[in-house]
Order: sequence, then structure tokens, then C-alpha cells
Amino acid sequence: MYVIVVGAGKVGLNLGRELRAKGHEVTLIESDPTRFAAVEEEFEHQAQYGDGSELWVMERAGVERAEMLIAVTGDDEDNMLICQVAREKYGVERIISRCNNPRNLQHFELLGVKPAVSATDLILRLIEHEVPKYGLVHLLDLPQERLEIIEIEIQEDSFADGREVRSLGLPDGSLVIAILRDGTGFVPLADSVVEAGDELLLVLDTGLEEKITQRLGGPRTQPPEARAA
Amino acid sequence: MIATGHDVSVLDEDPEAIALLERGLDRPWEDHGGQFTVGTALEMDALLAAGIENADAFVAATDGDNTNLVIAQIAKRRFEIDKVVVRVLDPMRAQWYEDQGLETVCPTQKAIDMLLSAVGENGSSAGTR
Repeated sequence: MYVIVVGAGKVGLNLGRELRAKGHEVTLIESDPTRFAAVEEEFEHQAQYGDGSELWVMERAGVERAEMLIAVTGDDEDNMLICQVAREKYGVERIISRCNNPRNLQHFELLGVKPAVSATDLILRLIEHEVPKYGLVHLLDLPQERLEIIEIEIQEDSFADGREVRSLGLPDGSLVIAILRDGTGFVPLADSVVEAGDELLLVLDTGLEEKITQRLGGPRTQPPEARAA
Repeated sequence: MIATGHDVSVLDEDPEAIALLERGLDRPWEDHGGQFTVGTALEMDALLAAGIENADAFVAATDGDNTNLVIAQIAKRRFEIDKVVVRVLDPMRAQWYEDQGLETVCPTQKAIDMLLSAVGENGSSAGTR
């Protein structure tokens, strides 16, 4: 696969190395002369000097035949523009952008630049995973498909504790796909019994998580048929 | 624009920029009905503080082409402002975004055109566009 990486800082440089090691054809574009000199030493003709948001620089790098473009400069506006132009003007099918300031994620989205990867967000996710709030962790969001996968810890004496999966009364559009217990996981059957301390993985339609946390974590005595319409 | 009776709100990173606005004015910028906000154009809060929600026209003229092109698209798509004008120094990028429906002003291209016509008027054989 031919991949263009714009921005050869720590992220871009290491990406370039990895991609090259995996046998991909890579071009690194860097606009800082000092940094470029160092990169060129290692990447030789696979490094190009220039401002990656300038069209002629992209064209010189062969953007028309690139199968993937990754924008990882330290500047969010540049990353957005580079990706937008690469996709809309040059028809690059796969683009990945780095988002330096998570507050800019909405702008990436507005310009149709996705996925935008924010290190801050990733770290926040990891923190959430280590220190879950309300025992619920987002494992995966598929906004386009309007699905998400969450992990939820079952508290003692909660509604779910001691109940079979089939009688959890989960809303339509949600499904328990795995139960993690004592360091191992299994795919539950309808009559598998949920215990306190279990971690349940659920796939669900976006927006159902509150209903599910209320249900599973709620009091034992709630009506069994609380299925959502 | 303020001289022609429009309500103008200026957003700039540099708090001193208001001094430039007030040069040649007899009274402070605000007394003329102007608004001045210090902030970064990409910050939603700054745009909102500058009153983007009520704007009839939006001009993106920072010194960064990419910044201008991004905020202009925000103004157009998110805030649905009809009249959006973007300053883009790079002629190639200006042309492409113009083709995509953004109204761009490219000072570089303007200068090139002026120089070309100046040379042309002097009887030179330089190519014209």
C-alpha cells in the first residue's frame, strides 16, 4: 500500500518506520528544514521537504495514487485541510488525522475528516477504563453504524446480581455478548446466571447506556418487564 | 465597514490589535458600535463571544490560510451564514476552495494579475491570463 505521512515529528517518524518495516511504500512530508534534514538521512528519497497543505507538495508526493494519507502535524487546521483536500480533491480513500486539541474534534467531524485520533482522548479513555465511573466503560463507539460496545460491572445486590441473562429485561437494541469472570470470559447463554463482580460486555444502539445502567444497577425489585418500545 | 454603518465584531488573538482598529478614529472602537473579542478563531467559545450566531456576514482573514479555510467552513456549515469570505494567500488552494463554493479572495493572485497587466500595458510580450 502507498501511504503518505504528513508531519515527521515523533508520531510521523515512528509511523513511517513502522509502515516501512511492514513493507509499505511510504512518503514522509516535513516542512521544518532542520527536522527534514534528520528525516532525510534515514528515509532518503522517501522524505520530501515542504508544506504538506500546499497542493503542489501533495501532488509531488504522488497523492493521486496514494491509498492512504495520514496527517500528523502539530497543527489541527493543517491536518483538517490536508485530509479534506486529499479526500475530496485527490480521491484518497483512506485518511487518518491526528487531533491535537480534543476541543477541535467537532471541527474535524464538520469537515468530514475521520477518523481523527486524539491522544488526549485516548488517555482519557484509558483512565476511564482504570477508574470507571458508575462501573461503565465505553469500549468501542461506531458512530456511523450507531452502535457501541460497553463494559459494565455488576454490583452486589443490584438487579442483575443472581439473575439469568434472559430475565435481565434489557431494552431492545442491546445484547450481552460476553461475561468476564475471574479473569476469563465466556459468551453467555440465555440461562447463564450473572453474578456480582462480573463484567458484562454489551453491544447496543447508541443512547441506550443510561437505560441499561439503570436497569442492571438498579434495585432488585423493579418490574421484570421494563422493555423499551 | 464600521464607517458605512455596519455593526462590526472583530476577533483577534492579540489584545493590542484594537489599537490598530482605533487608528484614525475620533472615539474608541466600541463607541462607534464596534465589538472586539480576544481569542483564537478555532475556539467555539471565542466565535460565540464575538457573536457569530447573529452574523449576516463572516470574513476569515487571519494570516493562516488553513485556519481561514477551516473557520470559514465552520461559519458556513455550522452557523449557516450566507455571506462568507475567505482570504487565502496560496492561489492553488484558493482556486480549489472557490470551485467548491467558498468565496475566496487571493491577494497573491490579485497581485499577479495586476503585475501581468502592468507588464502587458508596457508593451511587453509577457503572457496574459
